Amino acid sequence: MNTEKRLLRPDMMPHMLCPGCGHGIVFEAMLRVLDRRFATLDQVVFVAGIGCSSRIVGYIDAGTLHTTHGRPLTFATGLKMARPELTVIVVTGDGDGLSIGGNHLIHAARRNVDLTCLLFNNEVYGMTGGQAAPTTVRGAYTSTTPGGNRETPFDAARLAEAAGATFVARAQSYRPQLFEGILEQALDHRGFAFLEVLTDCTEYFGRTNRLGTGVDLLQSQSRAEPAIGVDLAARPTLRPVAETAVRPTLPMGVFHQSRRPTLAEALGVGGGGDELAR
Amino acid sequence: MLQQIEGSRAVAEMVALCRPEVVCAYPISPQTHIIEALGAKVKRGDLAPCEFINVESEFAAMSVAIGASATGARVYTATASQGLLFMIEAVYNAAGLGLPVVMTLANRAIGAPINIWNDHSDAMAARDTGWVQLFAETNQEAADLHAQAFRLAEAVSLPVMVCMDGFILTHAIERVDLPSQEQVDAFLPGYRPRQLLDPAEPVSIGAMVGPEAFTEVRYLAHVRQLEALERIPEIAAEFCGHFGRCSGGLLRPYRLDGAELVVVALGSVLGTIKDTVDALRDEGARVGVLGITTFRPFPAEAVRAALADVRRVVVVEKAFSIGHGGVLTADVAGTVSDRAVPVATVVAGLGGRPITRASLRPVFQAAAAGRLEPLTFLDLDREVVERELARMASRHRSGPTAENVLRDLGAAGSKIL
Ligand code: SF4
Repeated sequence: MNTEKRLLRPDMMPHMLCPGCGHGIVFEAMLRVLDRRFATLDQVVFVAGIGCSSRIVGYIDAGTLHTTHGRPLTFATGLKMARPELTVIVVTGDGDGLSIGGNHLIHAARRNVDLTCLLFNNEVYGMTGGQAAPTTVRGAYTSTTPGGNRETPFDAARLAEAAGATFVARAQSYRPQLFEGILEQALDHRGFAFLEVLTDCTEYFGRTNRLGTGVDLLQSQSRAEPAIGVDLAARPTLRPVAETAVRPTLPMGVFHQSRRPTLAEALGVGGGGDELAR
Repeated sequence: MLQQIEGSRAVAEMVALCRPEVVCAYPISPQTHIIEALGAKVKRGDLAPCEFINVESEFAAMSVAIGASATGARVYTATASQGLLFMIEAVYNAAGLGLPVVMTLANRAIGAPINIWNDHSDAMAARDTGWVQLFAETNQEAADLHAQAFRLAEAVSLPVMVCMDGFILTHAIERVDLPSQEQVDAFLPGYRPRQLLDPAEPVSIGAMVGPEAFTEVRYLAHVRQLEALERIPEIAAEFCGHFGRCSGGLLRPYRLDGAELVVVALGSVLGTIKDTVDALRDEGARVGVLGITTFRPFPAEAVRAALADVRRVVVVEKAFSIGHGGVLTADVAGTVSDRAVPVATVVAGLGGRPITRASLRPVFQAAAAGRLEPLTFLDLDREVVERELARMASRHRSGPTAENVLRDLGAAGSKIL
C-alpha cells in the first residue's frame, strides 16, 4: 500500500467509510490505477458531489473540488473548458449523479465533455441513512420504501449511452482487477467516459435487506454468477435468494466506445483534449 | 399521551394525526427521520389514503407538493439547508400561488463550506418568499406547531414553514405530549381549498401577470400575511382550549416584568438564554427574554408593545447577513426606532457551535452595563482569524480559507465528515 500512500492525505485519516463498505475496495483499486499512470497528480483534478462516494475524493492528495449535491459534472465542465489540458475525474454516486444531478449527466454525455465520470452505484443514499435511490432495485427495502421499492430503477450505463456518452462501461467492487482495467481504458478515452461501478452499502442497504456482512454482500454482488448465487442460498442467516431483492443479472465490461468531437473540440477551446495529458 | 420520543418522530406523529394526503421529500440531514417515520406509517396503512412519494430532488419535492396541493390535497414535506435552497424557486411558487403546503425546516447551516449542523441561515434565506415562518422552542412546540400550521395555512391559503433546530431538536429525545386522533380532528377540520383544479369549474393556477397587475397580486399576498398575523394568536388560543396546553402564537415573553435589558431570539436557544437570565435575575439584574415564535409575518406591533419599557435589547441570532449584521435585529430595531434603545446583535451557534450559558452570561452583563458592541460574534477565535488574515496578506495565492483554518486547528481528519 506504500505506493498508494503518496496519493493520500494522511491528515484526513481516519476515513469515514463504514466497515465493509464496497467504496473502500473501489477507492483502493482507483489509487492503484492512479499510481501506475501518473508520476504526480499535478495535472489531475478530482471533482465530487455529495455522498459517501463523493467524500472519498477528499482523501486524495491532489487538486479536488467539492461541489453541491448533484453538480460535479457542471463544475467539471467549467473546469475542463478553462483548463482543457487537465485530466478531470468526476466521482459521483447514484443519488448524486442520477437523481438530483441526473439532468447534468445526460447533458455532459450529450456534449461529450472530455472527462471520466466514475459513478458509484450502491442502490441507496448511504450518507443520509439509507433512503431509496433511483437505482434501488424493485422490491428492495430502504428507509423510505418500508414495503419494498415499487419503482423501476435506472440502468445508468444505458442511460449514459443513450444520452451520447462516447465511452460506457460497468464494473463492480467484487472484481477490482476488472474495474482497474476498465478505468485505464476510460482514462485513455478522449470524450465523455462513463464508468458505473456497482458497490455495496453494508451499513444501510445490506443491513436493511438482511444481506449479511461486507463479504456476503460482495458475494451476492455476483448474483449474475450462479455458483455464488448457490453459495448465498446455502447461508441460513441470509434471506433466501428467491426472496431477496437483488440486482438483476447485469453485464460487466465496456459496452460502447466511439469517437466524435469533444465539447472543447467542437468549441475550438484550447486545442481541447490534446495529447498532453494522454 | 406523554411519551419519551425523538423530536423528528414527535413531528411525524403529529403530521400523521393531521391526516395528510400527500407526503413527499428528498433525503437530507437532519430532516430525514421525520420523513422516514411518515413513510413507515404510510406503508402500514395508518394514513390511508395518503400517498408517500420518493422524489429525485428537493426541487421535485416542492413541485410535487404544489401539484398535489392544487388538486385540493393536504400536503406535507420537509427539508433543510441546501435542500431548501435547491427548491427555492418552487418555494416562492407555492407562496405566490397561495397553496397551503406545510413544510418542516430542520434548520441547518448552508455551505460552502459544507456543514451539516444547526444554525438559522436556511430559514433566513427563505425570509422573503411569502411563506409563514414559525419557530419551535421545544419538541413539544415543534409537534404542536404542525397542527396549528395546517389550520393556519388552510385558513389564509398560504404555505407555512415550521422551523425546528436541526439535531438540537430533531434528534433529541424529550418528553412530548401527543394528542389523540379525536382531539386533532376536532381542532383541524378537513381541507376546504380556496382554489382547486376541478374539471367542473376550470381555473388557471399560475397565470402570467404583467406590470398591470403584478403589484396588486403581490400586495394581496402581503395582506394575506397580515391576516395570518391576526389568525395566529386566535389559532394558538383555540389550540390551548382544545389540548389543555399552550403552544405557538406570535411571541414568547419571559420575565419581562421590570426588565431593562431584553434578549430576543428564535428557536431552541431560548432555553439556554432563559437559564442564563434566571441566574442574572437571581443576582438582581433586570433582564428578560422575548422569544419570537412567528418570524414571518413579523409581529412588529406585538414586539413594540413587549419592548415598550425596555432600555436595551440584545438579539441572539444563529445567522447573519454577511456584510451587514443581524437579520432579526433589523426587524426588532424597527419597532423601537422612535426611542433611543440600542439594539445589539450577538451572532452565535453558527454551523452547530454550542451556545453556552458561560459564554452568554458575560455578554448579557456587558449589554446591561451598556458596554456591548453593536455586533458581537460569540466565542469567535480571534487568533485563528488573525492568522488566516496574515496568510492572506502575505501571499496572494493563500488558498482556500476553510482548509487553511482546519489545518491551522489540526482538525482536518477528525472534525469534518
Ligand atoms: S453508509 Fe453505506 S455507502 Fe456510506 S460509507 Fe457506510 S456502508 Fe458505505
